[in-house]
Amino acid sequence: MAEPSNSSTDEFLKGLWKDNPVFVQVLGMCPTLAVSNTALNALAMGLATAFVLVMSNIAVSSLRNFVPKQVRIASYILIIATFVTVVDYTIQVISLDLYKSLGAFISLIVVNCVILGRAEAFASKNTVALSIMDGLGMGLGFTFALLCLGGVREILGNGSLFGAQLFHDAFQKWVVMILPSGGFFTLAGWLLLFNWREQRKAKKHERAGLSFREEVA
Amino acid sequence: MSQVELASRPASSSTWHMYRAMVGIGVFCGLIIVTVFQLTRPVIERNKAEALQKAIFHVLPQASTSTAYRLDESGAFDPLDRDLGGEQRVYAGYDGEHELLGFAVEAEGMGYQDVIRLIYGYSFAKQAIIGIQILESKETPGLGDKIQSDPDFLKNFQRLDVSLSEDRTRLAKPIVPVRHGQKTHPWEVDSITGATISSTAIADILNRSAQYWVPRIQNNLNEFEERE
Repeated sequence: MAEPSNSSTDEFLKGLWKDNPVFVQVLGMCPTLAVSNTALNALAMGLATAFVLVMSNIAVSSLRNFVPKQVRIASYILIIATFVTVVDYTIQVISLDLYKSLGAFISLIVVNCVILGRAEAFASKNTVALSIMDGLGMGLGFTFALLCLGGVREILGNGSLFGAQLFHDAFQKWVVMILPSGGFFTLAGWLLLFNWREQRKAKKHERAGLSFREEVA
Repeated sequence: MSQVELASRPASSSTWHMYRAMVGIGVFCGLIIVTVFQLTRPVIERNKAEALQKAIFHVLPQASTSTAYRLDESGAFDPLDRDLGGEQRVYAGYDGEHELLGFAVEAEGMGYQDVIRLIYGYSFAKQAIIGIQILESKETPGLGDKIQSDPDFLKNFQRLDVSLSEDRTRLAKPIVPVRHGQKTHPWEVDSITGATISSTAIADILNRSAQYWVPRIQNNLNEFEERE
Protein backbone atom coordinates (compact mmCIF):
# COMPACT_ATOMS: atom_id res chain seq x y z
CA MET A 1 0.00 0.00 0.00
CA ALA A 2 2.84 2.35 0.84
CA GLU A 3 4.52 2.01 -2.55
CA PRO A 4 1.80 3.39 -4.84
CA SER A 5 1.25 6.46 -2.66
CA ASN A 6 5.00 7.01 -2.53
CA SER A 7 5.20 6.69 -6.28
CA SER A 8 2.24 9.09 -6.75
CA THR A 9 4.00 11.69 -4.60
CA ASP A 10 7.14 11.22 -6.68
CA GLU A 11 5.18 11.76 -9.89
CA PHE A 12 3.67 14.93 -8.43
CA LEU A 13 6.96 16.37 -7.17
CA LYS A 14 8.78 15.47 -10.37
CA GLY A 15 6.77 17.94 -12.47
CA LEU A 16 6.58 20.55 -9.78
CA TRP A 17 10.32 20.86 -9.24
CA LYS A 18 12.81 18.19 -10.40
CA ASP A 19 11.60 18.03 -14.03
CA ASN A 20 9.85 21.40 -14.11
CA PRO A 21 8.47 21.78 -17.67
CA VAL A 22 9.77 25.35 -18.07
CA PHE A 23 12.94 25.63 -15.98
CA VAL A 24 14.29 22.11 -16.54
CA GLN A 25 12.68 20.71 -19.70
CA VAL A 26 12.39 24.17 -21.38
CA LEU A 27 9.03 23.23 -22.96
CA GLY A 28 5.95 25.36 -23.70
CA MET A 29 8.00 28.49 -24.35
CA CYS A 30 5.35 30.21 -26.49
CA PRO A 31 2.83 31.00 -23.70
CA THR A 32 5.67 31.25 -21.16
CA LEU A 33 7.17 34.24 -22.95
CA ALA A 34 4.01 35.76 -24.38
CA VAL A 35 1.53 35.74 -21.49
CA SER A 36 3.84 36.27 -18.52
CA ASN A 37 3.78 40.11 -18.70
CA THR A 38 1.67 40.30 -15.52
CA ALA A 39 1.30 37.95 -12.56
CA LEU A 40 -2.48 37.62 -13.07
CA ASN A 41 -2.13 36.64 -16.74
CA ALA A 42 0.59 34.16 -15.77
CA LEU A 43 -1.56 32.62 -13.03
CA ALA A 44 -4.63 32.35 -15.29
CA MET A 45 -2.65 30.80 -18.15
CA GLY A 46 -0.87 28.40 -15.75
CA LEU A 47 -4.12 27.20 -14.17
CA ALA A 48 -5.83 26.87 -17.57
CA THR A 49 -2.93 24.75 -18.83
CA ALA A 50 -2.92 22.68 -15.61
CA PHE A 51 -6.64 21.95 -16.00
CA VAL A 52 -6.20 20.85 -19.63
CA LEU A 53 -3.16 18.77 -18.63
CA VAL A 54 -4.98 16.90 -15.84
CA MET A 55 -8.17 16.32 -17.84
CA SER A 56 -6.37 15.18 -20.99
CA ASN A 57 -4.13 12.90 -18.92
CA ILE A 58 -7.25 11.32 -17.36
CA ALA A 59 -8.92 10.83 -20.76
CA VAL A 60 -5.78 9.52 -22.50
CA SER A 61 -4.97 7.16 -19.64
CA SER A 62 -8.56 5.83 -19.48
CA LEU A 63 -8.61 5.22 -23.24
CA ARG A 64 -5.06 3.88 -23.56
CA ASN A 65 -6.21 0.33 -24.46
CA PHE A 66 -8.93 1.59 -26.79
CA VAL A 67 -6.85 3.84 -29.09
CA PRO A 68 -4.71 2.06 -31.74
CA LYS A 69 -1.20 3.45 -31.96
CA GLN A 70 -1.62 4.60 -35.60
CA VAL A 71 -4.23 7.20 -34.61
CA ARG A 72 -3.01 8.04 -31.13
CA ILE A 73 -1.64 11.54 -31.85
CA ALA A 74 -4.81 12.58 -33.72
CA SER A 75 -6.93 11.23 -30.84
CA TYR A 76 -4.82 13.03 -28.21
CA ILE A 77 -5.07 16.34 -30.11
CA LEU A 78 -8.85 15.90 -30.33
CA ILE A 79 -9.09 15.28 -26.58
CA ILE A 80 -6.77 18.22 -25.75
CA ALA A 81 -8.67 20.57 -28.11
CA THR A 82 -11.93 19.63 -26.40
CA PHE A 83 -10.67 20.57 -22.94
CA VAL A 84 -9.10 23.76 -24.31
CA THR A 85 -12.54 24.72 -25.67
CA VAL A 86 -13.99 24.05 -22.21
CA VAL A 87 -11.35 26.35 -20.66
CA ASP A 88 -11.99 28.98 -23.35
CA TYR A 89 -15.72 29.20 -22.51
CA THR A 90 -15.06 29.02 -18.77
CA ILE A 91 -12.66 31.99 -18.84
CA GLN A 92 -15.26 34.00 -20.79
CA VAL A 93 -17.72 33.22 -17.99
CA ILE A 94 -15.25 34.25 -15.26
CA SER A 95 -13.98 37.51 -16.81
CA LEU A 96 -14.10 39.00 -20.30
CA ASP A 97 -11.18 41.31 -19.46
CA LEU A 98 -9.02 38.33 -18.53
CA TYR A 99 -10.14 36.57 -21.70
CA LYS A 100 -9.09 39.58 -23.79
CA SER A 101 -5.72 39.91 -22.11
CA LEU A 102 -4.86 36.23 -22.69
CA GLY A 103 -5.90 36.62 -26.34
CA ALA A 104 -5.13 33.85 -28.78
CA PHE A 105 -2.94 32.02 -26.29
CA ILE A 106 -5.90 30.21 -24.74
CA SER A 107 -6.66 28.49 -28.05
CA LEU A 108 -2.95 27.86 -28.53
CA ILE A 109 -2.86 25.65 -25.40
CA VAL A 110 -3.86 22.92 -27.90
CA VAL A 111 -0.36 22.99 -29.36
CA ASN A 112 1.48 23.35 -26.04
CA CYS A 113 4.05 20.57 -26.27
CA VAL A 114 3.98 19.96 -22.50
CA ILE A 115 0.42 18.61 -22.79
CA LEU A 116 0.92 16.42 -25.85
CA GLY A 117 4.28 15.35 -24.44
CA ARG A 118 2.76 14.13 -21.14
CA ALA A 119 -0.13 12.40 -22.96
CA GLU A 120 2.30 10.51 -25.21
CA ALA A 121 5.16 9.88 -22.78
CA PHE A 122 3.23 9.24 -19.56
CA ALA A 123 -0.59 9.02 -19.61
CA SER A 124 -0.74 6.56 -22.52
CA LYS A 125 1.44 4.11 -20.54
CA ASN A 126 0.27 4.57 -16.94
CA THR A 127 -2.79 4.22 -14.72
CA VAL A 128 -5.35 7.00 -14.30
CA ALA A 129 -4.27 7.71 -10.69
CA LEU A 130 -0.61 8.15 -11.64
CA SER A 131 -1.57 10.22 -14.69
CA ILE A 132 -3.60 12.59 -12.50
CA MET A 133 -0.61 13.09 -10.20
CA ASP A 134 1.68 13.61 -13.19
CA GLY A 135 -0.74 16.15 -14.72
CA LEU A 136 -1.14 17.97 -11.41
CA GLY A 137 2.62 18.12 -10.83
CA MET A 138 3.45 19.28 -14.36
CA GLY A 139 0.52 21.72 -14.41
CA LEU A 140 1.39 23.31 -11.08
CA GLY A 141 5.08 23.31 -12.04
CA PHE A 142 4.16 25.19 -15.23
CA THR A 143 1.99 27.62 -13.22
CA PHE A 144 4.83 28.16 -10.73
CA ALA A 145 7.28 28.91 -13.54
CA LEU A 146 4.88 31.33 -15.24
CA LEU A 147 4.27 33.07 -11.91
CA CYS A 148 8.04 33.42 -11.35
CA LEU A 149 8.31 35.16 -14.72
CA GLY A 150 5.08 37.15 -14.47
CA GLY A 151 5.87 38.34 -10.93
CA VAL A 152 9.33 39.65 -11.82
CA ARG A 153 8.13 41.27 -15.07
CA GLU A 154 5.15 42.99 -13.43
CA ILE A 155 7.15 44.23 -10.43
CA LEU A 156 9.94 45.71 -12.54
CA GLY A 157 7.88 46.71 -15.57
CA ASN A 158 4.84 48.15 -13.85
CA GLY A 159 5.87 48.55 -10.20
CA SER A 160 2.97 46.34 -9.08
CA LEU A 161 2.08 42.74 -8.22
CA PHE A 162 -1.38 41.36 -9.05
CA GLY A 163 -2.35 44.96 -9.82
CA ALA A 164 -1.38 46.29 -6.34
CA GLN A 165 1.14 49.15 -6.55
CA LEU A 166 4.35 48.33 -4.64
CA PHE A 167 6.44 51.45 -5.09
CA HIS A 168 6.19 55.20 -4.78
CA ASP A 169 5.12 57.21 -7.85
CA ALA A 170 8.76 58.21 -8.32
CA PHE A 171 9.64 54.61 -9.28
CA GLN A 172 10.87 54.56 -12.87
CA LYS A 173 9.16 51.60 -14.58
CA TRP A 174 11.33 49.29 -16.67
CA VAL A 175 8.95 49.23 -19.63
CA VAL A 176 11.24 46.78 -21.46
CA MET A 177 10.27 44.07 -18.94
CA ILE A 178 6.64 44.10 -20.13
CA LEU A 179 7.70 44.06 -23.77
CA PRO A 180 8.52 40.68 -25.44
CA SER A 181 12.26 41.16 -24.91
CA GLY A 182 11.63 41.38 -21.14
CA GLY A 183 10.26 37.82 -21.28
CA PHE A 184 13.56 36.58 -22.71
CA PHE A 185 15.64 38.51 -20.16
CA THR A 186 13.60 37.19 -17.22
CA LEU A 187 13.56 33.61 -18.51
CA ALA A 188 17.33 33.76 -19.01
CA GLY A 189 17.74 34.98 -15.41
CA TRP A 190 15.63 32.15 -13.98
CA LEU A 191 17.34 29.50 -16.14
CA LEU A 192 20.70 30.82 -14.98
CA LEU A 193 19.61 30.50 -11.36
CA PHE A 194 18.25 26.95 -11.81
CA ASN A 195 21.34 25.75 -13.68
CA TRP A 196 23.71 27.35 -11.18
CA ARG A 197 21.82 25.57 -8.36
CA GLU A 198 21.98 22.25 -10.22
CA GLN A 199 25.72 22.62 -10.87
CA ARG A 200 26.38 23.49 -7.23
CA LYS A 201 24.41 20.40 -6.16
CA ALA A 202 26.32 18.20 -8.61
CA LYS A 203 29.66 19.54 -7.31
CA LYS A 204 28.59 18.88 -3.73
CA HIS A 205 27.69 15.28 -4.63
CA GLU A 206 31.01 14.90 -6.42
CA ARG A 207 32.93 16.15 -3.39
CA ALA A 208 30.92 13.86 -1.07
CA GLY A 209 31.70 10.89 -3.37
CA LEU A 210 35.43 11.75 -3.44
CA SER A 211 35.75 12.05 0.33
CA PHE A 212 33.83 8.77 0.76
CA ARG A 213 36.23 7.00 -1.63
CA GLU A 214 39.24 8.51 0.21
CA GLU A 215 37.88 7.28 3.53
CA VAL A 216 37.34 3.79 2.11
CA ALA A 217 40.84 3.80 0.62
CA MET B 1 -7.45 -17.27 -51.74
CA SER B 2 -6.19 -18.18 -48.30
CA GLN B 3 -3.20 -15.90 -48.72
CA VAL B 4 -5.45 -12.97 -49.60
CA GLU B 5 -7.70 -13.70 -46.65
CA LEU B 6 -4.81 -13.92 -44.23
CA ALA B 7 -3.36 -10.65 -45.46
CA SER B 8 -6.62 -8.70 -45.41
CA ARG B 9 -8.02 -9.89 -42.09
CA PRO B 10 -5.67 -8.05 -39.70
CA ALA B 11 -5.77 -4.96 -41.88
CA SER B 12 -9.58 -4.68 -41.79
CA SER B 13 -9.61 -5.40 -38.07
CA SER B 14 -7.03 -2.67 -37.50
CA THR B 15 -9.01 -0.27 -39.72
CA TRP B 16 -12.15 -1.02 -37.70
CA HIS B 17 -10.30 -0.31 -34.46
CA MET B 18 -8.98 2.99 -35.78
CA TYR B 19 -12.42 3.93 -37.09
CA ARG B 20 -14.03 2.98 -33.79
CA ALA B 21 -11.50 4.97 -31.76
CA MET B 22 -11.68 8.13 -33.86
CA VAL B 23 -15.47 8.17 -34.21
CA GLY B 24 -15.96 7.25 -30.54
CA ILE B 25 -13.61 10.00 -29.31
CA GLY B 26 -15.09 12.47 -31.81
CA VAL B 27 -18.64 11.86 -30.56
CA PHE B 28 -17.52 12.02 -26.91
CA CYS B 29 -15.63 15.29 -27.48
CA GLY B 30 -18.49 16.78 -29.49
CA LEU B 31 -20.92 16.04 -26.65
CA ILE B 32 -18.65 17.72 -24.10
CA ILE B 33 -18.22 20.84 -26.27
CA VAL B 34 -21.95 21.18 -27.01
CA THR B 35 -22.87 20.71 -23.32
CA VAL B 36 -20.33 23.30 -22.13
CA PHE B 37 -21.37 25.73 -24.89
CA GLN B 38 -25.05 25.44 -23.95
CA LEU B 39 -24.30 25.88 -20.26
CA THR B 40 -21.98 28.87 -20.62
CA ARG B 41 -23.64 30.76 -23.51
CA PRO B 42 -26.26 32.67 -21.46
CA VAL B 43 -23.63 33.81 -18.93
CA ILE B 44 -21.17 34.85 -21.66
CA GLU B 45 -23.87 36.83 -23.49
CA ARG B 46 -24.86 38.51 -20.23
CA ASN B 47 -21.20 39.39 -19.52
CA LYS B 48 -20.81 40.90 -23.00
CA ALA B 49 -24.03 42.89 -22.68
CA GLU B 50 -22.96 44.19 -19.25
CA ALA B 51 -19.52 45.19 -20.56
CA LEU B 52 -21.13 47.05 -23.47
CA GLN B 53 -23.65 48.76 -21.17
CA LYS B 54 -20.81 49.83 -18.86
CA ALA B 55 -18.90 51.27 -21.82
CA ILE B 56 -21.99 53.17 -23.06
CA PHE B 57 -22.55 54.77 -19.64
CA HIS B 58 -18.82 55.56 -19.43
CA VAL B 59 -18.92 57.66 -22.62
CA LEU B 60 -22.38 59.08 -21.83
CA PRO B 61 -22.02 59.58 -18.06
CA GLN B 62 -25.35 61.38 -17.60
CA ALA B 63 -27.41 58.67 -19.28
CA SER B 64 -29.40 56.21 -17.19
CA THR B 65 -30.90 54.06 -19.99
CA SER B 66 -29.89 53.23 -23.55
CA THR B 67 -31.53 51.80 -26.67
CA ALA B 68 -29.80 50.25 -29.67
CA TYR B 69 -30.87 51.54 -33.11
CA ARG B 70 -30.20 49.90 -36.44
CA LEU B 71 -29.58 51.86 -39.62
CA ASP B 72 -31.68 50.25 -42.37
CA GLU B 73 -31.14 50.34 -46.14
CA SER B 74 -33.39 53.39 -46.59
CA GLY B 75 -31.23 55.42 -44.19
CA ALA B 76 -33.77 55.36 -41.32
CA PHE B 77 -33.07 54.28 -37.73
CA ASP B 78 -35.14 51.43 -36.21
CA PRO B 79 -34.96 50.46 -32.54
CA LEU B 80 -33.56 46.98 -31.97
CA ASP B 81 -35.48 44.84 -29.49
CA ARG B 82 -32.62 42.37 -29.37
CA ASP B 83 -29.03 43.30 -30.15
CA LEU B 84 -28.02 40.50 -32.51
CA GLY B 85 -24.69 42.07 -33.45
CA GLY B 86 -23.19 42.36 -36.91
CA GLU B 87 -25.49 45.25 -37.84
CA GLN B 88 -24.73 48.94 -38.28
CA ARG B 89 -26.02 50.42 -35.06
CA VAL B 90 -25.75 53.25 -32.56
CA TYR B 91 -26.84 53.42 -28.93
CA ALA B 92 -29.04 56.35 -27.90
CA GLY B 93 -28.63 57.39 -24.25
CA TYR B 94 -31.51 58.87 -22.22
CA ASP B 95 -31.68 60.49 -18.80
CA GLY B 96 -34.16 59.71 -16.01
CA GLU B 97 -36.77 61.98 -17.63
CA HIS B 98 -36.54 60.01 -20.93
CA GLU B 99 -34.82 62.95 -22.58
CA LEU B 100 -32.37 62.10 -25.35
CA LEU B 101 -28.83 63.01 -24.19
CA GLY B 102 -26.51 61.69 -26.84
CA PHE B 103 -25.23 58.64 -28.67
CA ALA B 104 -22.62 55.97 -28.14
CA VAL B 105 -21.04 54.65 -31.33
CA GLU B 106 -18.65 51.73 -31.79
CA ALA B 107 -15.76 52.17 -34.23
CA GLU B 108 -12.61 50.32 -35.18
CA GLY B 109 -9.50 50.63 -37.29
CA MET B 110 -5.91 49.52 -37.60
CA GLY B 111 -3.51 50.59 -34.86
CA TYR B 112 0.24 49.96 -34.58
CA GLN B 113 -0.01 46.27 -33.61
CA ASP B 114 -3.55 45.20 -34.42
CA VAL B 115 -7.11 46.44 -34.76
CA ILE B 116 -8.18 49.00 -32.13
CA ARG B 117 -11.88 48.84 -31.20
CA LEU B 118 -13.41 51.73 -29.29
CA ILE B 119 -16.70 53.34 -28.34
CA TYR B 120 -17.24 57.11 -28.26
CA GLY B 121 -19.96 59.35 -26.92
CA TYR B 122 -21.49 61.97 -29.22
CA SER B 123 -23.50 64.91 -27.91
CA PHE B 124 -25.76 66.43 -30.58
CA ALA B 125 -26.34 69.49 -28.38
CA LYS B 126 -22.61 70.23 -28.10
CA GLN B 127 -21.88 68.95 -31.62
CA ALA B 128 -18.90 67.20 -30.10
CA ILE B 129 -17.41 63.89 -29.06
CA ILE B 130 -17.59 63.92 -25.26
CA GLY B 131 -15.72 60.74 -24.26
CA ILE B 132 -14.10 57.58 -25.56
CA GLN B 133 -13.31 54.15 -24.17
CA ILE B 134 -10.99 51.62 -25.78
CA LEU B 135 -12.77 48.26 -25.98
CA GLU B 136 -9.97 46.24 -27.54
CA SER B 137 -6.35 47.09 -28.20
CA LYS B 138 -3.07 45.21 -28.45
CA GLU B 139 -0.89 48.35 -28.66
CA THR B 140 2.62 48.16 -27.24
CA PRO B 141 2.52 48.06 -23.41
CA GLY B 142 4.05 51.18 -21.91
CA LEU B 143 3.98 53.08 -25.21
CA GLY B 144 0.99 52.66 -27.54
CA ASP B 145 -1.33 51.55 -24.75
CA LYS B 146 -1.12 55.07 -23.30
CA ILE B 147 -4.09 55.84 -25.58
CA GLN B 148 -6.17 54.24 -22.80
CA SER B 149 -4.60 55.95 -19.81
CA ASP B 150 -2.70 59.15 -20.71
CA PRO B 151 -4.76 61.95 -19.03
CA ASP B 152 -3.53 64.62 -21.48
CA PHE B 153 -4.52 62.50 -24.46
CA LEU B 154 -7.94 61.65 -23.00
CA LYS B 155 -8.55 65.39 -22.45
CA ASN B 156 -8.83 65.64 -26.28
CA PHE B 157 -12.14 63.84 -26.08
CA GLN B 158 -13.84 65.91 -23.42
CA ARG B 159 -15.12 68.16 -26.21
CA LEU B 160 -13.80 67.24 -29.67
CA ASP B 161 -15.61 69.32 -32.25
CA VAL B 162 -17.58 67.36 -34.89
CA SER B 163 -20.00 70.07 -36.06
CA LEU B 164 -21.52 69.61 -39.51
CA SER B 165 -20.79 71.52 -42.70
CA GLU B 166 -23.43 73.85 -44.11
CA ASP B 167 -24.90 71.19 -46.42
CA ARG B 168 -25.12 68.79 -43.38
CA THR B 169 -23.55 65.90 -45.27
CA ARG B 170 -20.10 65.80 -43.63
CA LEU B 171 -18.05 67.29 -40.80
CA ALA B 172 -17.23 70.97 -41.16
CA LYS B 173 -13.63 70.20 -40.20
CA PRO B 174 -12.22 66.67 -40.25
CA ILE B 175 -10.68 65.33 -37.03
CA VAL B 176 -6.91 65.55 -37.48
CA PRO B 177 -3.96 64.52 -35.29
CA VAL B 178 -1.33 67.14 -34.46
CA ARG B 179 2.06 66.88 -32.75
CA HIS B 180 2.06 66.95 -28.97
CA GLY B 181 1.51 70.47 -27.61
CA GLN B 182 0.48 71.97 -30.97
CA LYS B 183 -3.29 71.66 -30.66
CA THR B 184 -4.95 75.01 -31.44
CA HIS B 185 -8.40 74.02 -32.75
CA PRO B 186 -11.19 72.01 -31.08
CA TRP B 187 -11.24 69.41 -33.92
CA GLU B 188 -7.54 68.54 -33.50
CA VAL B 189 -6.21 65.60 -31.51
CA ASP B 190 -3.04 66.27 -29.50
CA SER B 191 -0.86 63.16 -30.08
CA ILE B 192 1.21 61.32 -27.47
CA THR B 193 4.98 61.55 -27.81
CA GLY B 194 6.31 58.00 -28.27
CA ALA B 195 2.92 56.69 -29.38
CA THR B 196 2.37 58.74 -32.52
CA ILE B 197 1.05 55.89 -34.66
CA SER B 198 -1.46 54.76 -32.02
CA SER B 199 -2.75 58.27 -31.32
CA THR B 200 -2.96 59.05 -35.05
CA ALA B 201 -4.91 55.80 -35.47
CA ILE B 202 -7.44 56.96 -32.85
CA ALA B 203 -7.92 60.30 -34.66
CA ASP B 204 -8.37 58.48 -38.00
CA ILE B 205 -10.85 55.97 -36.54
CA LEU B 206 -12.92 58.78 -34.99
CA ASN B 207 -12.80 60.88 -38.15
CA ARG B 208 -13.93 58.01 -40.39
CA SER B 209 -16.71 56.99 -38.04
CA ALA B 210 -17.92 60.54 -37.29
CA GLN B 211 -17.93 61.46 -41.00
CA TYR B 212 -20.33 58.55 -41.53
CA TRP B 213 -22.53 58.66 -38.43
CA VAL B 214 -22.81 62.32 -37.36
CA PRO B 215 -24.66 63.55 -40.51
CA ARG B 216 -26.99 60.54 -40.40
CA ILE B 217 -27.77 61.00 -36.71
CA GLN B 218 -28.17 64.79 -36.91
CA ASN B 219 -30.51 64.57 -39.91
CA ASN B 220 -32.72 61.95 -38.18
CA LEU B 221 -32.82 63.17 -34.59
CA ASN B 222 -36.62 62.92 -34.37
CA GLU B 223 -36.39 59.12 -34.86
CA PHE B 224 -34.69 58.70 -31.49
CA GLU B 225 -37.51 59.91 -29.27
CA GLU B 226 -37.86 57.26 -26.56
CA ARG B 227 -40.89 55.04 -26.88
CA GLU B 228 -42.81 54.64 -23.63
